[in-house]
Amino acid sequence: MEQVIQMNTSTDKLLYAKEVSMGFDGKTIIEKININLKENEIVSLLGQSGIGKTTLFNVLSGLYIPDNGKVFLKGEDITGKPGHISYMLQKDLLLPYMTVLDNTVLPLVIKGENKKKARERAGSLFEKFGLEGCEKKYPSQLSGGMRQRAALLRTYLSSQGIALLDEPFSALDALTKSAMQKWYLNIMQEIKLSTIFITHDIDEAILLSDRIYIMGGKPGKIIAEIVISTAKPRPQDFNLSEEFLKYKKQIVEKIEGK
Amino acid sequence: MIKKYQNIINKSSPFLALAILILIWAFICEFEIVPSYMLPSPQSVAQAFITDLPTLIEHAKVTLSEAMLGLGIGIVLGFITASLMNRFSFLYNAVYPLLVISQTIPTIAIAPILVLWMGFDMAPKIALVVLTTFFPITVGLLDGYKSADKDGILLLKSMGAKNFEIFKYIYFPSALNHFFAGIKISASYSVVGAVIAEWLGGFEGLGVYMTRVRKAYQFDKMFAVIILIIIISLLLMFIVTLIRKAVMPWERKEVRNK
Repeated sequence: MEQVIQMNTSTDKLLYAKEVSMGFDGKTIIEKININLKENEIVSLLGQSGIGKTTLFNVLSGLYIPDNGKVFLKGEDITGKPGHISYMLQKDLLLPYMTVLDNTVLPLVIKGENKKKARERAGSLFEKFGLEGCEKKYPSQLSGGMRQRAALLRTYLSSQGIALLDEPFSALDALTKSAMQKWYLNIMQEIKLSTIFITHDIDEAILLSDRIYIMGGKPGKIIAEIVISTAKPRPQDFNLSEEFLKYKKQIVEKIEGK
Repeated sequence: MIKKYQNIINKSSPFLALAILILIWAFICEFEIVPSYMLPSPQSVAQAFITDLPTLIEHAKVTLSEAMLGLGIGIVLGFITASLMNRFSFLYNAVYPLLVISQTIPTIAIAPILVLWMGFDMAPKIALVVLTTFFPITVGLLDGYKSADKDGILLLKSMGAKNFEIFKYIYFPSALNHFFAGIKISASYSVVGAVIAEWLGGFEGLGVYMTRVRKAYQFDKMFAVIILIIIISLLLMFIVTLIRKAVMPWERKEVRNK
């Protein structure tokens, strides 16, 4: 009975990881992680490199089976079952031997969707993702920012509303990164994609997220959860505002363990 | 302008080197530094080549069909072997040393045994071509499979791809470059392999003809055969390059972009 009640209260949780622990060769990497993602939310996972963020993502996406704990998608147990949540890895990983269009429809084709229909659907989104005219090009012909947008389009197309992004903008130069973040916030308003993304950039986390999970310790745990309540769309100079700095200070203190 | 001349010189230099070599050859024969019954002059070789051409073409047809059949079977066998070895690591460990050992067996030693086993028809010749072409293709493909991006495989898995799809979208395209390098080497091996097998017995083919003119001490005709073998090998390699370009359009575009 208690179980049922708990299920009902968690219906607004689209994705829910419960007490997830995972290690390799007897060494625990992440321990008792509880995180969740609500509809249309952008949540970031902030922490140093090597803390286990990517391991957690691999568990959430079903690539790894955790030693302990479970992952639920809309109440359904998806632990260790890949293919439910689209996952964008650190590199853009566009396959160099396929055109940009074929790259973006690949997950749909793998899911067994009709290739022609998938292409039509993807093609109609190229403009929105700033990729018009690139359909027949190969990834090597695109700039870093464009490749990232193409990878994001691929992730979005195959997602059933949820995406995991592993440091999506970390490989870009500072100016491109800033432009990409603005573009990303805009498009998120339109396409309604609930996202968890990994970052080790505090500014980026505050700028983009509704909520931030801070990871720390060894093995990695969630040491704090911070809600960024500033309404979206966020004001133009949000990253220069006092409010922003207040959040930043709060986060730095948590990370340093004060 | 200087760059343009440089380009012309660069492109024509191999032909220039060849022309100089032929001139030296002609010079040696003209002044009888080496007696003409031992080294025919380039003119007489050209003469022999032209007058013999109808016969040569008849024999070349046989040799070429042996080489092509052998190469075809070699490619198919190499592809199957390498793909299975890539899929099952115990097969890799078991078969790889055997593959290497098989390459140390001298072709010329195994050819008479093949003739004994299979008779004087095309079968032993094709078998020898298969033996010589199989190895570069298998090893090339294995190296190619090994070069596949591990993260790419992870990405496909996160999309819920099955083993066959991972092979189709990641392993095979990653190996194409190595595959064609292997085929290119094998294409030139195939003609030589067929000719060697023909030396040891048979009724038709460039190898048979070569043995015949050698026994008659018609060295000019022998040189003509050698030149034809060179031309055929080069043509085959050129055709492989053309096919490679057609199959891998992304390589071309990449080059054009840089």
